[in-house]
Amino acid sequence: MSRLEQRFADLKAEGRSALVTFVTAGDPGYDASLKILKGLPAAGADVIELGMPFTDPMADGVAIQLATLRALEAGQTLAKTLQMVREFRVDNQNTPIVLMGYYNPIHRFGVEQFVAEAREAGVDGLIIVDLPPEHDAELATPAQAAGIDFIRLTTPTTDDARLPRVLERSSGFVYYVSVAGVTGAGSATTEHVTEAIARLRRHTDLPISVGFGIRTPEQAAAIARLADGVVVGSALVDKIAQAKGAEQAVTDVLSLCSALAEGVRAARN
Amino acid sequence: MTQTQYRPGPDANGLFGSFGGRYVAETLMPLVLDLAREYEAAKADPKFLEELAYFQRDYIGRPNPLYFAERLTEHCGGAKIFFKREELNHTGAHKVNNCIGQVLLAKRMGKKRLIAETGAGMHGVATATVAARFGLPCVIYMGATDIERQQANVFRMKLLGAEIVPVTAGTGTLKDAMNEALRDWVTNVDDTFYLIGTVAGPHPYPAMVRDFQSIIGKETRAQLHEKEGRLPDSLIACVGGGSNAMGLFHEFLEEPSVKIIGVEAGGHGVHTDKHAASLNGGVPGVLHGNRTYLLQDDDGQITDAHSISAGLDYPGIGPEHAYLHEVKRVEYVSITDDEALDAFHTSCRLEGIIPALESSHALAEAIKRAPTLPKDHLMVICLSGRGDKDMQTVMNHMAAQEKQA
Repeated sequence: MSRLEQRFADLKAEGRSALVTFVTAGDPGYDASLKILKGLPAAGADVIELGMPFTDPMADGVAIQLATLRALEAGQTLAKTLQMVREFRVDNQNTPIVLMGYYNPIHRFGVEQFVAEAREAGVDGLIIVDLPPEHDAELATPAQAAGIDFIRLTTPTTDDARLPRVLERSSGFVYYVSVAGVTGAGSATTEHVTEAIARLRRHTDLPISVGFGIRTPEQAAAIARLADGVVVGSALVDKIAQAKGAEQAVTDVLSLCSALAEGVRAARN
Repeated sequence: MTQTQYRPGPDANGLFGSFGGRYVAETLMPLVLDLAREYEAAKADPKFLEELAYFQRDYIGRPNPLYFAERLTEHCGGAKIFFKREELNHTGAHKVNNCIGQVLLAKRMGKKRLIAETGAGMHGVATATVAARFGLPCVIYMGATDIERQQANVFRMKLLGAEIVPVTAGTGTLKDAMNEALRDWVTNVDDTFYLIGTVAGPHPYPAMVRDFQSIIGKETRAQLHEKEGRLPDSLIACVGGGSNAMGLFHEFLEEPSVKIIGVEAGGHGVHTDKHAASLNGGVPGVLHGNRTYLLQDDDGQITDAHSISAGLDYPGIGPEHAYLHEVKRVEYVSITDDEALDAFHTSCRLEGIIPALESSHALAEAIKRAPTLPKDHLMVICLSGRGDKDMQTVMNHMAAQEKQA
């Protein structure tokens, strides 16, 4: 059983939803970012999405665009992101890490080498925003052959005709983007999310995590009542933007994570 | 039309060889698939083609002339040089050929709002123009750096009723404007038509924009046949994204006797880090929905392009050009800022034609080659746009040179 499967199975047994947190690797710098990464599990993150910075994050809103720039200015590279995962795995074997980003840095790194190094570093899954199933042969297939899950985004525009195609090679979990828009944009209504999950349920048994526009413990709790996972990204990343210095960034991200985790844990009790 | 080696499609997935494709976020996938279906239907519909022909003739002013550049020919002392006068089109460049096609498609699809990216502002002006003509609201994304150096075009777009959104992300140039347009599209999926200005982006854009621009080559073939009774020996066009070049080249790809040359923006030189020559100075990668040659660093981060002409200032190139480069059907060279400026002045003084700085790159390559070619060599240059928009840039450059001297 993969780390992702194990984690979602354990949480299902506990009767609660997963808190999935997103931060950009190398933001605001390598050391502080590694501290955040290492602190997230204790602060209640069940699954960690780690953003691979790219100069042209076309599907991201301002918060993650700025996070990307901070990371790149601090010298983050794909090789360093893999190194962060290695260092994280020294004392954590249970929390799944999913790398999220755009295809070009991986294309440049070389798919074969990337998959091998990601596997060795302890990466559990990939979310590649600009690789739809039409391009599965490039990365999804080799990654899955190496035991790395390929997590698909489904969106309000993914209709019933297209959904089977998108889900066909999905593994790990399904990420439902609840708003047509960029990351950090407005949030969806409970009714919309309820309907969307019911629709996805008809097509898949994979855990369903919902993201986009979830910023507060209350919002996280509301989604946790409906979905198997709650994804929070921009709100955490904003804490780094607002912090005066790296130390405060670490503290503020982890304390928001704790508050979100409380919200998620309280949701079904 | 026969399918042969050099006009392979693209295939159903939008691939030209290994270039092109549909590398977009899932939110946009249903939209680009729908667009491809609608475009296939439209181009098989005689009513659509009739309407397109009407606007090409009565609104754009086509066919524009194929002009024998007699004094430039004498000056070079070799090949017989012709200008395909795209700069005489309504709005002053080839861009409107594509905009008319796409706006008719947008109307057919019932879309209520147009968005576009622009670099030099020529595509923005052409989009704002067709938006006004068809009564659609229109938002143009333009890099803050480009707004600064293309103020005349910004004013034109405003006169035409467009909303201009300055983009400060990245370096504030064309690629950043395209990112922002994609973010708008992903947010406004129901009613918005994204009118991409060049032969790039996810399928079907590279093929569709090429098709709408291919009238350049079709007219050129007929006009040169009328004048000289035969095919051209060489074609030269500038390439940023590469839509005027694809428009001229496509018609002749299956004619082995026609030498085809694409001219990239060499900026300060392709050996420096200040150029926009994706084929001569880049490597394959994935950006803005397609796999193509890109300017990027070892980590796969996109690097800044530089060119004196805002319209060529883009770190990528249309995927069909990437393919034609790899199969060696088209030769891609580069011209520096200084060479383009020299050619700009030569055209002004010898032909009384003020060319766009983009087109000046093609002129510069022609001026290099023509003297080495026989007098019966027929050379066609795509004069893709007029230089009115570039007055400020050229003035600044001349002032800087005088200071140095």
